[in-house]
Amino acid sequence: MVAFIAKRLLSAIPTLLAVLTVLFVIIRIVPGDPAIAILGDNATAEAVAALRERLGLDHPLYAQYRDFLLMIAQGDLGSSMATGQPVWDEVRSTLPYTLELTIASILIGIAFGLPIGALAATNRNTIIDYAARIGSLLGLSFPAFYTAILLILAFSIELGWFPVISQGVPLTDVGNRLYNLALPAISQGLIMVGYVARASRSSILEVLGEDYVRTARAKGLDPRVIILRHVMRNALIPIVTVVGLYLGLLIGNSVLTEIVFNRPGIGKLIVEALSQRDYTLLQGLMIVFAFFIVLVNMLTDIAYGLIDPRVRRQ
Amino acid sequence: MTEASVSLAAAAAPARRRGAIGTIVAAFNANKTAWLGLAVFLAIALAAALAPWLAPFDPIEQHIADAMTSPNATYWLGTDTFGRDLLSRILWGARISIVIGVASMAAGVIVGSALGLMAGYWGGRIEQLIMRSMDVLLSFPTLIMGLLVVAMLGPSMVNLIVAMALTMVPKFARVARAPTIAIKERDYIEACRALGYSDLRIMFVHILPNVIGDILVLASLWTATAIRIEASLSFIGLGVKPPTATWGGIIREGFDNIMDAPWISLYAGLAVLLTVFALNLLGDGLRDAVDPRLRGE
Repeated sequence: MVAFIAKRLLSAIPTLLAVLTVLFVIIRIVPGDPAIAILGDNATAEAVAALRERLGLDHPLYAQYRDFLLMIAQGDLGSSMATGQPVWDEVRSTLPYTLELTIASILIGIAFGLPIGALAATNRNTIIDYAARIGSLLGLSFPAFYTAILLILAFSIELGWFPVISQGVPLTDVGNRLYNLALPAISQGLIMVGYVARASRSSILEVLGEDYVRTARAKGLDPRVIILRHVMRNALIPIVTVVGLYLGLLIGNSVLTEIVFNRPGIGKLIVEALSQRDYTLLQGLMIVFAFFIVLVNMLTDIAYGLIDPRVRRQ
Repeated sequence: MTEASVSLAAAAAPARRRGAIGTIVAAFNANKTAWLGLAVFLAIALAAALAPWLAPFDPIEQHIADAMTSPNATYWLGTDTFGRDLLSRILWGARISIVIGVASMAAGVIVGSALGLMAGYWGGRIEQLIMRSMDVLLSFPTLIMGLLVVAMLGPSMVNLIVAMALTMVPKFARVARAPTIAIKERDYIEACRALGYSDLRIMFVHILPNVIGDILVLASLWTATAIRIEASLSFIGLGVKPPTATWGGIIREGFDNIMDAPWISLYAGLAVLLTVFALNLLGDGLRDAVDPRLRGE
């Protein structure tokens, strides 16, 4: 198991390096001079030259690339051009909000999606199955910001149960934090419920057709025991894949959810960096995102290994 | 159902060569909701095409006196903050959404399946190079890639299409590659080679028809995603520039006035939801038709 995990960790390095390279290229294909873009067209030639020097834009591209990788290797994400604050500090203060939102939406997705999928699979081609299939397809068709707007309209404006704008609540105030998290997490979780329900249904259906399930039935085992103990374990792999696969989507959607609910978070920070043309902050945030996604893919791989011993031996 | 198992299923039964049309017909016989999805999507596309004739008002004409009027007999879906007719704006906005959705899907399909066929057929270093590059592109969520490209290159329609196509290419490459690896070992491909057919002819004339079903499924699902992402980018303010009507842009304007004019966001959002749902229904039905394990039971 240790060797399996070590191998997975090592295999992430080339991907990460490639992703960082793509980021470096994308951030540098900005048309025109970033220094002029930041300072405006009226800036003096000296000011532009000084900023270029400060940003390292006067170095040749390969030197910039080397410095970029060295900086990341040292755990330095640079500092924001707009505020002068180290990017790390910005990340540290907002990452918990994005993380709690992501984790809460996955939990909602699994808590509702798995039972719906199991119910649909065990009642195949009945009205329950059709309702679950159409319902989950509808759920995952919702644009993230539309769900958020509908929830605000219903629960904040009409019913007044929740604040229209959630604020940054201190980490220690758990009750208030959960209260502020509820609507955003439901909004993101709805899409996840759709994906998890569909994946569970098809993967449970597949396992239900296996010989060993027929044997268990022939032995007269309680159908609930068969589903919970024998089917679920093998049906879990594709479900884990789907959760891993759509984590990227969830992280992308957090941008929208954070904007609509005016929640602090990495996504909202990215959009602010974009609108202020704060390229160093943007670059730092994108590096964090890239690490996060490569990490998620790796954890998904490791999770397969934990669930299915056959994957470990390959 | 995962991508890989759909592809494997298609690879297992390539002897029954169903072309694109055969697949669609089978889908509709197997799954009535696919019909519904196609019909709704075609209706929306038709409305978009006929927007200049269907829309009761000019989408950017301001009727300041009637600003934020709730739906009534003159303005069926009400007006926005500038007194522009919401129905007309949603109809014109459909043109942007559908053109961007379909064009980026087409670019993703063409580039992605060509790369996937080449990777699967030639193998070796070419395959390594292509598939590793695809892995890197896959590391960016669609919305984040869209944000980056549009923020760096500017919010034009072409840039939006490029950004979306970039995230779709690896998905189509993967789906095209997996069955190609199995199919290239078959006798009829050996026969093609013996006849001296060029690699390109074998790939595109003799292998592609076996893969097209899976590609069609993915194409309709990704058109849906592209339309959703385009709306998301316009919502953030990175879409086609105002005053041009875009669904995401309308929803944003409505959201800024949600207390006074909730109908603006509601109706425009409904347009996005309906289009995306219709395409997902279509893709889902196609998938049932392509995967023999899901068919006709």
